Amino acid sequence: MTQDFRLENVGLINRNIKLSFKFNGKTYYGYEGDTLASALIANGVHLVGRSFKYHRPRGFFGVGVDEPYAMVQLYRNGETEPNIKATEQELFEGLEAKSVNCWPSVNFDVGAINNFLKIFLPAGFYYKTFMWPKSFWYRIYEPFIRKAAGLGVASIKHDKERYEHKYEYCDLLITGSGPSGLASAYAAAKNGARVILAEDKSRFGGTLLTSDVNIGNQTGKEWAESIISELKVMPNVIVKNRSQVFGYYDHNMLVMSERVSDHLPKTKKYHPKQKLWYIRAKEVLISSGSIERPIVFGNNDTPGVMLSSAAKEYLKVYGVLVGKNPLVFTNNDSGYETAIEFKKNGIDPIILDTRKNPKSEIVEEAKNLGIDIKFSYVVVAAQGYKKVKSADIAKISDDKEKLGTIENIKCDCICVSGFWTPTIHLASQSGNKTKFNEDIDAFVPGTSKQNEKTLGAANGVYTLAETLKSSLDTGYEVSKKITTNSNKVSFPNVVEKKSTLHDKFWCVPLPEGKNYKRFLDFQNDVAVSDIEIALREGYRSIEHVKRYTTLGMATDQGKTSNLNGLQLVSKIENKVVPAVGHTTFRPPYTPVSIGAIVGREVGKHSKPTRKSPMHSWHEKNNAVFVDAGVWLRPRYYKKGNENLFEGSKREAKNVRTNVGVCDVTTLGKIDVKGPDAAEFLNRVYTNAWLKLPVGKARYGVMLREDGIVMDDGTTTRISQNHYHMTTTTAQAANVLSHLEYYLQLVWPELNVNVVSTTEQWAGAAIAGPKSRDLLQKLFPNSDVSNEGLPFMGYMEGDLFGVKARIFRISFSGELAYEVNVESDYGNFMWEKIIEIGEEFKIQPYGTEALSTLRIEMGHVAGSELDGRTIPYDNSLEGLLSKKKDFIGKRSLNREAFIADNRQKIVGVVPLDKKTSLPEGSHLVKDAKASLPNPKLGYISASCWSVEYDNPFSLAILKNGKNMIGEKLFVMSPLKNKVIPVEIVSSHYVDPKGERVRS
Amino acid sequence: MLYIKCPHCGMRSQNEFSYGGDASIKRPELGKETSNKEWDDFVYNRKSPRGKHWELWQHLSGCRQWIKVERDTATHEIFNTLKANEDIST
Repeated sequence: MTQDFRLENVGLINRNIKLSFKFNGKTYYGYEGDTLASALIANGVHLVGRSFKYHRPRGFFGVGVDEPYAMVQLYRNGETEPNIKATEQELFEGLEAKSVNCWPSVNFDVGAINNFLKIFLPAGFYYKTFMWPKSFWYRIYEPFIRKAAGLGVASIKHDKERYEHKYEYCDLLITGSGPSGLASAYAAAKNGARVILAEDKSRFGGTLLTSDVNIGNQTGKEWAESIISELKVMPNVIVKNRSQVFGYYDHNMLVMSERVSDHLPKTKKYHPKQKLWYIRAKEVLISSGSIERPIVFGNNDTPGVMLSSAAKEYLKVYGVLVGKNPLVFTNNDSGYETAIEFKKNGIDPIILDTRKNPKSEIVEEAKNLGIDIKFSYVVVAAQGYKKVKSADIAKISDDKEKLGTIENIKCDCICVSGFWTPTIHLASQSGNKTKFNEDIDAFVPGTSKQNEKTLGAANGVYTLAETLKSSLDTGYEVSKKITTNSNKVSFPNVVEKKSTLHDKFWCVPLPEGKNYKRFLDFQNDVAVSDIEIALREGYRSIEHVKRYTTLGMATDQGKTSNLNGLQLVSKIENKVVPAVGHTTFRPPYTPVSIGAIVGREVGKHSKPTRKSPMHSWHEKNNAVFVDAGVWLRPRYYKKGNENLFEGSKREAKNVRTNVGVCDVTTLGKIDVKGPDAAEFLNRVYTNAWLKLPVGKARYGVMLREDGIVMDDGTTTRISQNHYHMTTTTAQAANVLSHLEYYLQLVWPELNVNVVSTTEQWAGAAIAGPKSRDLLQKLFPNSDVSNEGLPFMGYMEGDLFGVKARIFRISFSGELAYEVNVESDYGNFMWEKIIEIGEEFKIQPYGTEALSTLRIEMGHVAGSELDGRTIPYDNSLEGLLSKKKDFIGKRSLNREAFIADNRQKIVGVVPLDKKTSLPEGSHLVKDAKASLPNPKLGYISASCWSVEYDNPFSLAILKNGKNMIGEKLFVMSPLKNKVIPVEIVSSHYVDPKGERVRS
Repeated sequence: MLYIKCPHCGMRSQNEFSYGGDASIKRPELGKETSNKEWDDFVYNRKSPRGKHWELWQHLSGCRQWIKVERDTATHEIFNTLKANEDIST
């Protein structure tokens, strides 16, 4: 294909690099610096997709973020991405794109039948039609609508690209590098402020690239280039292109998405695809410019109907003609600028101006160039299905109500200009109270809530001289808040053509007997008639009209449609626009990819991974790991072809018969120090702590103020004013915050300090009947006999030259010890234990065996202390001191907590002694009762008892204390199981606790 | 994301902090007889004001100090921050 619509020697593209790309399977060529849109138009392609509801042919309407419908499915480097705007996607070698929302092809789309049924698809059609019968919704209506609607297709593959997050601080963030952005950045930076200048396009300069102006002795484009090259080398300035500031959040936090690699065929090694910048700016200057708004007329969605500013940019930046026989339809001077550019490049445009007799320099120039201008003329309707072929035009009366005789003139594009709408999205998001400016028929920023100011066209200022003056002044003023310097930039001489007033005209009336669709929102197919229906049906609030008709709710968020929608509502309602008000602007200003929002926090990076010092030993010894919070813990150590069940059973059995060792480094550890430490523990824990001697450990339970168990663990008195507290792995962080809360806020008079020592100590639990023999060999110089180190005793020892802490505490219910050494010696300790334990048949055991051992002993853990149980529920009521007050005590006499049939922990054994009970199953009296079957309790933890070689579970059961011996049923609807069971004591093994004391 | 002035560390982003609820709540003294209503008010009942509100935040990923923050719950404006031992009435 040849680029028939490409001009020679015009534009900023690089003609030395020719790029090939595919659209809907066909190969085309473009140049470096093109967008997909400009390259397609250069090749004469205007049909890019089908509309959302009626599947009407759609082409290009804008040239950047304003584009409402030219969206494609993009294929890049083996990945695919939906709903990419062809007007924003830069061309690269090998780019592939396809149309969305059409089947089987964009040229022949079955869904287009909706277009001919459009009288049946007005606003609210779905709400009204698909209501009855109710049962049809899920089976028929919803699947049908889902298939018919929607745009591109999201990839279901893992995204291999990298997305990054970055935090940045600056004095001044400037959004947009048009004249106001460049001038304010320059003025502020020259005076020493730290500036970030963000531009969403690849080229800096905004309208300076396309307008016929002079600044100083340079053209607008040259001035922009000189300013930007100077800014780029200043150390206090960050200049970013392809970067869209899309959200303005609290306390001057703005978020910007930088498309680092989307313009390349492939992301470079070590580069991210996109980067999300969180920018905390002291001041923000919004210089986001304005978006041209359309004039509404019949069939105004036909491919070839386009914003006049877009046509100008395609011509001046990309050297591309959107048509060779253009019609410019305008209510202001901007359309003339486009026509003049056409004329200068040998194309003869026709201008239709709704105004009667405008007088300005620009109009004069157009007249002098011999352009055919028809005043008081409008386009009534575009003609042509897949591309504009002609236009029905007519004279319009002075009151803009009556059309003259319809004439048809040939044209291949209609460039429409309905004046300019300031881009106030960011200002509005910041909390700025916007106001309506009658002169420009649009909202502009009003009173600021945060530290922001809006400049230039975004503020409704449309002359270059005024824009530059106010921007230079504002940039300097802002810098003065930060620095005492006074380096002021002088104001350059500006040459621009003067324009005159625009015509407050936005919608062409329908001619007698015609029922053209006149679209307001092109992406969601909302036409004038839809708004009329909504109002006729009683919708009044603009927020309701928006939601009923979906006006402005598409991915372009109504950038080109909102104001015309407001005009229509205000006209029908006979109100002024500000009385109708605008809908709320919410971030993001443009769509942001989910990948960028998630950043690097995917897969195993979604949370940090913590490993114990013995981790590499576990790895070498075939440990199968399990996530325990952020920790990785061995679940079991696989021998041969063992599965989890077999392995954990072997390990647990070995603890009961010989000796095992378990890595307990992950347990939370907190140092509690200070003269009031004992008093503090006495308040935090439910049991008594004042009389715990040095060298002794005690088990404790702490509550929340509402009486619910928060955590449990042992705390050891290391010395007079020094306690070593342990917490469960999961609650370590919460417990520390909890202690800090009471020390800092509630009882600041207590002289106590707490600090986490979890990472400072490596821990090994040595458990089993032979554990004392092993310990004696590890510490030959210490007396670890039952008298020397009794149950709940503590001593320090010397582990082959390494200082160790030895605690005689037990979670497994066996004779057991915990040895702690400084983390760096963790692996040394572990290897010594394994080496010396060999003669006692030691085996390491993982969390699965650990659970088995504690469950059959009836020791509670996280699955019972789940934030819903009180001490009684866990049979811990014996630990509640009657003599003292403690955190949460007052709550324990709540009615439900002291009810006679209060839930309590019990043991559960299946009658067949074979079937394991799924955790989370319900306990019921009658398996066949009608639903909802009253639930008596639930299985909290299950294991295979190695002591009795049958399944055993713990359960929290209503009236548990009186249920021992009862026969119930365990029901798991999830696993489709009903298992008859007997309730037994939760202390299934060694109920008197003799082993730990042996 | 809020920008909170920690009285110990200076301006820090919200993601370094965790929220701790109403700062005006005083825990009844230990061992003191309390009526059900008093205790309920302490444990459960909270006003949910629109506007200025003194609340607790902990500078979790910083100095770990609990601080008091006067924030407008509607606009997120922060008027004042205090150390744990400073009284909010001052």
